[in-house]
Amino acid sequence: MMKLESLIEKALFLSASFSALIVFLITFFLIREGVPALSLNFLTGLEWRPGQEFFGTLPTIIGTLWVVIGAVFIALLIGVPTAIYLSEFAPFWVRNIIKSSVEVIVGIPSVVIGFFGLMILVPFIRNTIGGRGESILAGWIVLAIMILPNLISLTEDSLRAVPKSYREASLALGATQWQTITKVIVPAASSGIRAAIVLGVGRAIGETMAVLMVIGNPETPWIPTSILDMTRTLTSTIAIEFSYAEWGSPHQHALFAIGVVLFLLVTALNFVATFVIRRNKN
Amino acid sequence: MSYQINEELLRFRPKMAQDKVIFNDFNLWYGEKHALIDINIAVKSNIVTAFMGPSGCGKSSLLRGINRMNDIIPVARSTGEVLIDGKNIMGSGINVYDLRKRVGMVFQRPNPFPMSIYDNIAYAPLLHDVAEEEELDKIVENSLRGAALWDEVKDRLDDSAFSLSGGQQQRLCIARALSINPDIILMDEPCSALDPIATIKIEALMRELKEKYTVVLVTHNLQQAARVSEMTAFMYIGEIIEFGATRDIFENPREELTEKYITGRFG
Amino acid sequence: MNPVSREKIMKRLLLIAVALSLIILPVILIWVGYNGSGIISIEFLTSRPRLFEYGGIYPQIMGSVYLVSLCTLFGAPLGIASAIYLAEYAPDNRITQSVRFFTETLAGMPSIVIGLFGLEFLVFYLQLKTSLLAGAISLSFMMLPWTIRASEEAIKTVPQEYRAASLALGATKWQTIVNVVIPAAMPGILTGVLLGVGKAVGETAVVWLTAGSGLEAFVPRSLSSPTGSLPMYIYLLATQAHTVEGVQRAYGASLVLLIMFLGVSVSALMARNYYLRRLGN
Repeated sequence: MMKLESLIEKALFLSASFSALIVFLITFFLIREGVPALSLNFLTGLEWRPGQEFFGTLPTIIGTLWVVIGAVFIALLIGVPTAIYLSEFAPFWVRNIIKSSVEVIVGIPSVVIGFFGLMILVPFIRNTIGGRGESILAGWIVLAIMILPNLISLTEDSLRAVPKSYREASLALGATQWQTITKVIVPAASSGIRAAIVLGVGRAIGETMAVLMVIGNPETPWIPTSILDMTRTLTSTIAIEFSYAEWGSPHQHALFAIGVVLFLLVTALNFVATFVIRRNKN
Repeated sequence: MSYQINEELLRFRPKMAQDKVIFNDFNLWYGEKHALIDINIAVKSNIVTAFMGPSGCGKSSLLRGINRMNDIIPVARSTGEVLIDGKNIMGSGINVYDLRKRVGMVFQRPNPFPMSIYDNIAYAPLLHDVAEEEELDKIVENSLRGAALWDEVKDRLDDSAFSLSGGQQQRLCIARALSINPDIILMDEPCSALDPIATIKIEALMRELKEKYTVVLVTHNLQQAARVSEMTAFMYIGEIIEFGATRDIFENPREELTEKYITGRFG
Repeated sequence: MNPVSREKIMKRLLLIAVALSLIILPVILIWVGYNGSGIISIEFLTSRPRLFEYGGIYPQIMGSVYLVSLCTLFGAPLGIASAIYLAEYAPDNRITQSVRFFTETLAGMPSIVIGLFGLEFLVFYLQLKTSLLAGAISLSFMMLPWTIRASEEAIKTVPQEYRAASLALGATKWQTIVNVVIPAAMPGILTGVLLGVGKAVGETAVVWLTAGSGLEAFVPRSLSSPTGSLPMYIYLLATQAHTVEGVQRAYGASLVLLIMFLGVSVSALMARNYYLRRLGN
């Protein structure tokens, strides 16, 4: 009987190690395929012309940053006030409805949100603001929708974690509710909110489909100068080009190198976020 | 402060009973903390023995020494012997699962499994493969009768255990402990989460149970110890200060510490 | 401005933000429902696509069902087993900490990176080809950490008293886990698995790289058949259709996909309620 018990424990340990194994394999295989194409020129080159074996990703990297930073900014503008309302003002039942509706958005397939952006946002931008419609601006909105739910729930969690005694102490000193929120509660929750932002940036960098469908993806990307410019992101480049890249060609290695960059960026951001959260907890 | 000690308990003399569980130089550590220090006592068979003392004195740890439930705490380690019917249960050849089949345990708060009343009782017999399907009904009935719960639940054995009141849940847990047909029943403050009426029922049950089983009770309630136990051990910071007939402990404590505790002048 | 009137203005601004976050879900649901319901018919659901933009979406529906079922078959048991280890056995040491760290890393991995890995490791290195099997396994890599997280949380909320009671009855650790802990944690585990299933149903990038191009006009015949799926089909039609019929089909497929996703979410909630009722809480 004891033998069986320890066998089971070993089997369970193996299952638990499987995730680690996958991460190792991902790292190994990405590096094996991607590193041959990684070079200074890969990161700083301005031209991406796979046909002529020019693999400069700087325009794509800058395009990604443009899209991500704008989207996170919009999500913050809407998400943080929503979280404040949920944690400080909303009655119980309102909070329940909003939270569950926001949580359903997390699961809505990104391709449907991309489709929505393509059919509604893109023509709207084209007709009212100008340009082709497929633009960084459209990417901002679509991506903001994608990261909003997580941002709201993480921010709300950290606001609610602020001890009740802080609120009472501030209110007892004659502060209004709003003063209490801005001067006491939000600062006390700030490291949690910072972590939520970093996680949001990580998620935004890794998001593929919704963004891909609304940003135009020009043949040869350039460094965008306006929010109405079309652009490319790291993820959209991989998705669109992998099926044209011949296996074993420099083009294929270059796409895997983009995967390496993505992997490193996102893992680093997640690491920072967990680190910030942990420091907050201790 | 005075304590009502049962007539029946007054007649009890320790020499009349046999030893059931003997602690020999038993020591227990939780990490660096020395939780039980040189315990040497003999728990007698077919009576109620109470361990009492202020919280943190080690009374629960001592109780858990009898069915080796301290083993599940990773940092716990112990030395010395615990003999049940003369056999050292700390020895290397001991199967701890068989041991726990002989020693039933009831916990501080009622902790029925989230299953039906029937399944709660049938859980252990099925696990240990001791019962055929048809015997199982009998075991369930006997266990529930033994815990004085049968008449209240016999028509709703398939209901969830959580449909019972707190006191009924605790008696269900006692019935569950009886289902493995133990010799010893350990009760770790079994009434601390119950109201007075439910407490009276459980105490009446303890008096019945000792006819067939050896009952060991941990309690912080002095009146309870006086009402139900033949023998009492008073513990303080990991040591047994005094152990003897309940009557003597309450009416003639030998140690000053015991007297302070009994008279409420403690701390 | 005095603090009280500023307070009022601030509250209004908050409500505007709340309205913006709230409006997204109904707008998308109504938009898809309004545009997609017209084309839904028995024929649309049960026939194959023709000439890319015409016909039905039966192979795509079945492809998604196969992919997600297989993915759950791989991912769920592994995830639950990992969660049991982490919650019940794992000593607090370096090894456990790194297992946890890697699980979190996998959870944060962009799906396109998992797709790339599936493409290289499963499709080429293990020579599974672009297929149902490669797609399902890659999806399960994505689902795994979420199942682990939800199950571990569910197992950890099982009261310690249940374990103590079972151990005191002479049950072994494993018997206790199987007979007491897992049943008590079931609602949470089930909800976690179903939420993972919901994620897998809508995932596009991973299946694009590993399962098939989305144009497949047949139901997969074996594990090594290339497999179309609803999300891929929607993507292709949305970006490349030239006719009104094509766009209509994208709406129809979106509606079906959303219904599948909402169906999984609702059954997650119902399963949780059913178990909670049975447990008598």
